[in-house]
Amino acid sequence: MNAEPMNRTGEPVAAAKGEVLLSVEHISLRFGGVKAITDVSFDIRKGEVRAIIGPNGAGKTSMLNCINGFYHPQEGQITYKGVRRARVKPHQAASDGIARTFQNVALFKGMSTLDNIMTGRTLKMNRNFFWQALRHGPAMTEEIAHRKVVEDIIDFLQIQHIRKLPVGKLPYGLQKRVELGRALAMEPELLLLDEPMAGMNLEEKEDMCRFILDVNNEFGTTIALIEHDMGVVMDLSDRVVVLEYGRKIADGTPAEVKADQAVIDAYLGVAH
Amino acid sequence: MFYREAGQFKSTYTADMAVFPILQDRIGIAVILLLAFVGVPLIGNDFFTTTVMIPFLVFSLAAIGLNILTGYTGLVSLGTAAFMGVGAYSCYKMTTWWPDMNIIVLILVSGLFSAAIGVFFGLPSLRIKGFYLAVATLAAQFFLQWAFVRVPWLFNYNASGAIEVPLRTVFGVPITGATASPETRYFVCLCLVVVLTWLASNIVHGRIGRSWMAVRDMDIAAELMGIKLLNAKLLAFAVSSFYCGVAGAMMIFLWYGGGEAADVFNIRLSFNVLFMVIIGGLGSLIGSFFGAMFIAGLPTILKFGLPAIGIPLAGATAEHITFMLVGALIIFFLIVEPHGLARLWQIAKQKLRTWPFPY
Repeated sequence: MNAEPMNRTGEPVAAAKGEVLLSVEHISLRFGGVKAITDVSFDIRKGEVRAIIGPNGAGKTSMLNCINGFYHPQEGQITYKGVRRARVKPHQAASDGIARTFQNVALFKGMSTLDNIMTGRTLKMNRNFFWQALRHGPAMTEEIAHRKVVEDIIDFLQIQHIRKLPVGKLPYGLQKRVELGRALAMEPELLLLDEPMAGMNLEEKEDMCRFILDVNNEFGTTIALIEHDMGVVMDLSDRVVVLEYGRKIADGTPAEVKADQAVIDAYLGVAH
Repeated sequence: MFYREAGQFKSTYTADMAVFPILQDRIGIAVILLLAFVGVPLIGNDFFTTTVMIPFLVFSLAAIGLNILTGYTGLVSLGTAAFMGVGAYSCYKMTTWWPDMNIIVLILVSGLFSAAIGVFFGLPSLRIKGFYLAVATLAAQFFLQWAFVRVPWLFNYNASGAIEVPLRTVFGVPITGATASPETRYFVCLCLVVVLTWLASNIVHGRIGRSWMAVRDMDIAAELMGIKLLNAKLLAFAVSSFYCGVAGAMMIFLWYGGGEAADVFNIRLSFNVLFMVIIGGLGSLIGSFFGAMFIAGLPTILKFGLPAIGIPLAGATAEHITFMLVGALIIFFLIVEPHGLARLWQIAKQKLRTWPFPY
């Protein structure tokens, strides 16, 4: 863990990266009487790794669900790439370049690794039904072009050996990796990772961290991740937002957040 | 020992993405096609062709249709027979509208009518899943079956309520009607089934097939990949009903004749096709053929085959024993392999690949 507020490239983090890619303003989300999120605002800047942390039930996953359109917050607004978004559908979010992985792996269990990742290319493929039915000519050319991209992702994630296996039978760590590959296949601008390291052993966590950093560095993908492993959060992220009971209690660099009294109270409890 | 991909290296993605990447599989398919196109007409008599082969082909096509919907997209339907009926009745209406049109074209076009009706009854699928969707499609089954009997326009106000299969020729050869020979009808069925199976295989191996399977396996994640659930589901209903509609038109025009059209498209047929898909293997085209062979072919073969090899069975006894045997076999196969005959076939191939070693 870094003692100084430095990101991995060695620059001080305080000089926040690029322009704002996505900003969340005064979001409130309720399910009947249950307030999942109350008046939360933060922003995600282009090219950064933004962590969202908080105790269980803090509203982290709900936040991601708001961002990619599964939930529609009752109040507040989300601005993505300078455009205010009103009630987007998940598939619209996808075509806007927001990809996501899930806390409990949400792979297509009956399909092979290859097909899973190829499905991530769906939006980039546009040959119509009749070419598809012939599976020759343009449809095949398109299929091969996308297969090449997918093979690059498979190489990148080092999952060549499980290419043709049905994902349902893979060990958990590999499933998480395939799910990351499927999200990468969409060539997203904003990648939302919901606990990418949950349930992994140390070695798998280290691998996954390396992949996340590589994605961020090489493809310039902006990443928002939820994670419970504080070591991982502090090492990976440029800025951290902390939620508790649906409210934002802190926002800043890992070092700032770590020193914040409200965060310490939230995690360690406070004597009454 | 002979079934092995050792030494068959693939240097292009095209070769790797082939439906049958292993040489032995391709040879196997070629042999089966050769048998079907040359062997059956040469060896089989008229009886075998009409009571075993034509029903097998018709049911295979219907099973492929339902498999696209239930096996690939995960939407359970009990309206298969009704969609088949739509194909049959629209084909009949079209033969009266355009008497000069090629009958094979009409059979294919009748699939489009069925697809339209299928899309309409598929609309609830966005909101409901599983058993509830099955019940919703049951509404299609009952409503359409009612319409086939009660809407006289559909059977051209014929007093008997039956539809007639008119004599239609292609290049001077009678294809439908009383004078069409079983071989010709078999041949037309076979060509349609082979071409449509090839198209279905292309679709399920491409982008559309993947998005169907994505909807089946995890619809939330599918939506996040940019797949529009309603479009994917309705497309599945359309393609599925198209196949069922063509199968229905084939059933009446190339197999039964028109007299029984009012009775045949009942719920029992829907269930039969569903059984074929389940026994054959959900999400497998070859499974559809296995299932059709098992549910449609086996009873006939048992009924007429057992006496032929010297086991004396006659009339009602044969019928009962056939039912019992088929029932027992269904249970046996479902216990041995709940994922259907297609999975059994895959396991057998896997064992063959590694034989004589266990793995």
